[in-house]
This record gives sequence, structure tokens and C-alpha cells, in this order.
Amino acid sequence: MIPDLGKYGDAVLSAYGVSVVMLLVLVGLSIRASVKSKRMLDIEEQKVRNNGR
Amino acid sequence: MSLWEYANPVKFMALSGKILPAATILSTLCLLGGLYWGFFLTPDDYKQGSTVKIIFLHVPAATLAINVWVMMLITSLIWLIRRHHVSALAARAAAPIGMTMTLIALFTGAIWGKPMWGTYWAWDPRLTSFMILFVFYLGYIALWNAIEDSDTAADLTSILCMVGSVFALLSRYAVNFWNQGLHQGASVSMANGADVSQNVHPDYLYPLALSGLGFVMLLITLVLLRTRTLIRQRRTAALQAREALA
Repeated sequence: MIPDLGKYGDAVLSAYGVSVVMLLVLVGLSIRASVKSKRMLDIEEQKVRNNGR
Repeated sequence: MSLWEYANPVKFMALSGKILPAATILSTLCLLGGLYWGFFLTPDDYKQGSTVKIIFLHVPAATLAINVWVMMLITSLIWLIRRHHVSALAARAAAPIGMTMTLIALFTGAIWGKPMWGTYWAWDPRLTSFMILFVFYLGYIALWNAIEDSDTAADLTSILCMVGSVFALLSRYAVNFWNQGLHQGASVSMANGADVSQNVHPDYLYPLALSGLGFVMLLITLVLLRTRTLIRQRRTAALQAREALA
């Protein structure tokens, strides 16, 4: 259960909410870029292998 | 074995691949543990009420906002002096993380400031230098993206990083330099001669330390992950260029 935050509840919850969202977006975009870069490199390396170079 | 060997992309990829799983687990545990402890298990402050719980986000984010720039300065200098590409890419990888931390520090500070100071924003030395630091992060990222040749981009962003370091330093010491404004001094000081009685109470200090460790581990994890991404993109571009020439 959420603790009793008194009259500052909105301030505390919005600080946590927005910060967690920003951190999740940062982590999500980093993981997505990582997966995409790995896939692109695999494709290029496969092309090189297929061309025998 | 020399540290410089890890400036070799192949060795960096091998080592970072081994470190990443442990760093991911450690950062997740510390971050969730620190924030849970801080949010659910700490008492309200006698003056600030429950807003004191914002400290577990605000202080680690603000500390990292400055220290990420310092890390970028060190790696930029290594690039300028020794021309190690991994070093330049690590600086580039860190910039969005530092920008996000600066944004979190500014946002949580504004939300905390309203009930405590009566305003979301004031042109206080520390707040203003943080705002300028945020603009420097934006400029740094934009400059990397604006220049096609990666070596030229690394050179120019390294110079920008050195200029911006003045504001990173000001962000850290603005309260001490000007001794005015709304923002308080350091919440935790371990410097020689520091008055430890001015540090936050242990009820808040330990979860703050755990949350801070979580933020640092998150930084390490994300810098490794993002640097690996940039190395792969660089390798992909090199293969595409070789294919185009063939």
C-alpha cells in the first residue's frame, strides 16, 4: 500500500511517476537501439560471408 | 596488461559482454531496493513532511548529471590525446544518460521547490547552472548528430565538452561560490573538515546511499550497452562502405 503522504501526496507521486517514466524511456530506447544494431550487423556480416569476402 | 588494451573495440566488446549481465542485475536490485526503502519505509521529515522522499531521486540524479559530464570530459580528453575511438563513443553514449539525469534533477527539484520555497523555479545560481548544463547536453547530442564524419564530430564535441565543463563545475559548487539563492548546500558531505552533523539523518542516508549506488550502476550498465551499440553501428557502416566499393 502507498504510505500516507499527507498534503504533499501529489508532489511526491508526480516526482516519482515522471522520474520512473523518464528512466524507463531511456532504458527502453537504449535496449531497442542495441537490438537493432545487432540485427543490422548480423545482416551485413552475413552478406560479407555470402560474398566470400 | 594495460588499461589501454580495452580501447580496442574487440576487447571492449568481449569484456563489456561479460560485465553487462551482472551490472544489469546489480543496478536493478539497488535501484528498486533504494527507491522502495526510501518511498515506503522512511518517516516524514519534521519540516518537509513527505516531500523528503523526493531526495532519493533528486540527489542521485543531480549528482550523476554533473559526474556524467566529468566522465565525458575524461573520455573526450582521451580521444583528443590518444585517438581511441571507443573513448569517443563512450562519451557519445553517456550524453543522453546525463541529459536524462539533468532533466530528472530539474523536474524533481521544481516539484520539491513549490511546497518548500513557494515556487517551481528561481534564478538561483545552482538552478540556473543546471539549466545551462542541460542546454549543453542538448547541444552536445545535436552536434554529434549534425556532423557526418565521426572523427570530426568527436573532435568538435570534445571541445564543446571542455567548454561545458565550466558549467558542470559551477553546477556542483554554485552554492559555495555565491553563497546565496534558495538551494541548500550538499545533503551529504564526506570531505575533510566537513560538518557531518549537517548531513541527512541516517534514516534517510542509508536508502539514499542504496538509491545512489543503483543510479551509478544504471549509468555503468547503460554506458556499456550504448557504447556497444555505437561500436556495432560503426562496424556496420564500415562493412556497408566496403561493400559499396567492391
